[in-house]
Amino acid sequence: MNNKNSENGGTNRRKFLKLGLMSSVTALAGTSLVSNLTSEETTNTSGEKVRLLTPDGKMVEVDASNINKYPEALVTPAESRKGIPDRKFVMVIDLSKCKNARKCVESCQRGHQLDYNEEFMKIKLIQDNQNTSPYWMPKPCFHCEEPPCVTVCPTGATFKRDDGIVLIDNERCIGCKFCITSCPYSARTFNWEPKAKFENKDVPYSPETQVPAAEGTVMKCDFCPDLLRQGKLPYCAQACPMGVIYFGDKNEDIVTNGEETVRFSELINNRGGYRYLEHLGTKPNVYYLPPVNRQFPLERGFDVDEDIIDRYKDVPYVQELKKQGKI
Amino acid sequence: MNTNKRKRELVTEFSPMIEKPHPMLKLWILVLSVIIAIGLYAFYLQFTQGHQITGMRDNVVWGVYIINFIFFVGLSYSGAFISGILHFFNTPWKSSVTRIVEIITVLSIIVGPIFILLCIGRLDRLYYLFMYPRIQSPITWDIIAIITDLVGCFIYLFLTFVPDFAILRDTPDLKVPNWRKKLYRFLAINYRDTDSQRQRLHKITRIMSKMVIAMAIVAYTVLAWIFSLTLQPGWNSTIFAPDFIFSGLYSGVGVIIIIMFLIRKYFKLEKYIVQSHFVMAGIVLLVLSLLFGYFTFSDYFAKWFSHKPADINLLNTLFGRYFWQFILANYIGVLVPLFILSIKKIRTIKSITFAAVVAVLGLWLNRYLIVVPTLETPYVPIQDTRPEYLHYTATWIEWALSFAGVAAFILFFLLIMRLVPIISISETIQHERGQNSKQDESYNY
Repeated sequence: MNNKNSENGGTNRRKFLKLGLMSSVTALAGTSLVSNLTSEETTNTSGEKVRLLTPDGKMVEVDASNINKYPEALVTPAESRKGIPDRKFVMVIDLSKCKNARKCVESCQRGHQLDYNEEFMKIKLIQDNQNTSPYWMPKPCFHCEEPPCVTVCPTGATFKRDDGIVLIDNERCIGCKFCITSCPYSARTFNWEPKAKFENKDVPYSPETQVPAAEGTVMKCDFCPDLLRQGKLPYCAQACPMGVIYFGDKNEDIVTNGEETVRFSELINNRGGYRYLEHLGTKPNVYYLPPVNRQFPLERGFDVDEDIIDRYKDVPYVQELKKQGKI
Repeated sequence: MNTNKRKRELVTEFSPMIEKPHPMLKLWILVLSVIIAIGLYAFYLQFTQGHQITGMRDNVVWGVYIINFIFFVGLSYSGAFISGILHFFNTPWKSSVTRIVEIITVLSIIVGPIFILLCIGRLDRLYYLFMYPRIQSPITWDIIAIITDLVGCFIYLFLTFVPDFAILRDTPDLKVPNWRKKLYRFLAINYRDTDSQRQRLHKITRIMSKMVIAMAIVAYTVLAWIFSLTLQPGWNSTIFAPDFIFSGLYSGVGVIIIIMFLIRKYFKLEKYIVQSHFVMAGIVLLVLSLLFGYFTFSDYFAKWFSHKPADINLLNTLFGRYFWQFILANYIGVLVPLFILSIKKIRTIKSITFAAVVAVLGLWLNRYLIVVPTLETPYVPIQDTRPEYLHYTATWIEWALSFAGVAAFILFFLLIMRLVPIISISETIQHERGQNSKQDESYNY
């Protein structure tokens, strides 16, 4: 009996607290509303009118000074720390379909304004051991659940968001490179020299696009949150002609490669999905499907530029192919 | 009084070093300044053109800079450790070497951190470390530890200088410019060498000597953790912190021996720095070479025996591309000093100094082999088209700045030697006083 009473008391008190909190929130909102109204009154009108088409197809005329110069999608460094609500992004890479077409790399480079040799997505030629056959492995940032890079950052320039994405704020980064040495997957790159594209201030900087980049700071694959906000797939997943890269939301249990949409859990369970270097305990958010029942022979991947082929010269399998004169 | 007379004697003996510069000193200062100037020019180039002009690239992001950083901080730490031990146990032969050790301690903790700054891509944002600190980052621990260590070492060095400043102040016929007399008066903080003052100073110095040992161990352990707390093969090892502690001591004792040798030779101090000092230090170096060899062997042996693929990759690199460096660092750098120092007959001043040189160079190379090969063999194989991204070779910029760091160390050392006698007068008197009282006691009984 006594217990029940105290329980009731507890809930009452909680209700009361909640009410108080609510009323204080409304009070705050009220004041901000008032201040907004007053501030709107004081804005200067330039007198110049601009005609615009609204999303629902109506033509409207607005004052030129009221137009926001920045694109609506711009997310400031402070906002980019929060993440997209209720999402848990995940990527699945189907190794059986990859033939080193490099469309993911090129599309990513265009999207992030990277140079020819700057890559967020790298394609590795991996041979696990002598007896297994080698395979092409696209390697983005794994956006780990327990990212070592975030732990070691001394200024909080790199951070983990609620939606699982690990981003870098290059306005906060001091370039100590500790995150690069602590990443076991070599996902991070550094801007070693000043470049003209860093000075381009046409687009305001956002950690979600990493454009414009800055000298002396760190960059990496970002899962393209700017595209995700628009309901699009990341550049790599969009560009892949083989549908190798599935991207989606773990909360909804759905991933898609743009052609087919499948349940994430079913895909992983049925196809023997795994995470690279699981034993390191970083808990990546990128899963791989093993390279079984390949759709293409590995050699199809050598249909690329000479200097790209040259990257793989240290792989024993490639050395053997060269000896046989096949490449 | 006897003490005052002895003070005057010692001042007259050491005053030439302070009053008029050594004939070669000006030349040395010029040469060192030129080296530092070249280093500053290299820094200017690096600052304006970016880190592309160093040998560091995406895989090997840390190079010679961080190696020098470890090396100098290790020097400082071992200096603090040795000096603390000497003070704490009131070692009888300490009076002629303590000052050398203390100057090494402070100078290397100033020079060392400069190298870590050279490694930072955005020096203009350095204050972010204090604006947005994140306590879970080992770098933040390191900053706290090094700043504490720096302040502690400064206080400690100053405390050991005070009695000598007082003696120099009380010598009116010292032929030095007026500003230096004023400086001595200011730095002596009204120390009159009364009994109560002497006891108080002695007590504080003793407390500080314990504190600098603790601070030095913490600072160097945290530095080792910067490597061993990452997941990289070759770094992620529990043995790293203790290994750093002993290898730091190894290089520190080596540098002390080298500097003792140079000072003894060029400043004619054969009377004060005697063979027994070298033999004592040599025996310490012998013990440390055993410990260093033991730790290094344990680390690599465990990697080789358990042969995890990543570790084997690293060992293949070490015994392939870095074969000779590995032999020089971990075989020659241990076995040669071990051999020289363990045979009593060949333990002369020159041979001990030679052993120290081998030990110091070997240890620097050992640091290189800790940093670079690991970064060249990450878990995911490096497959990059740019040949300059595959392997690390330091550029002239990095070497220029490294030598500038060493030159700055020597230059500061020479300048401090102009300011105060390199053999502590007060310590010498203290030592003699102790001996006298012992003799008095024996007369009494």
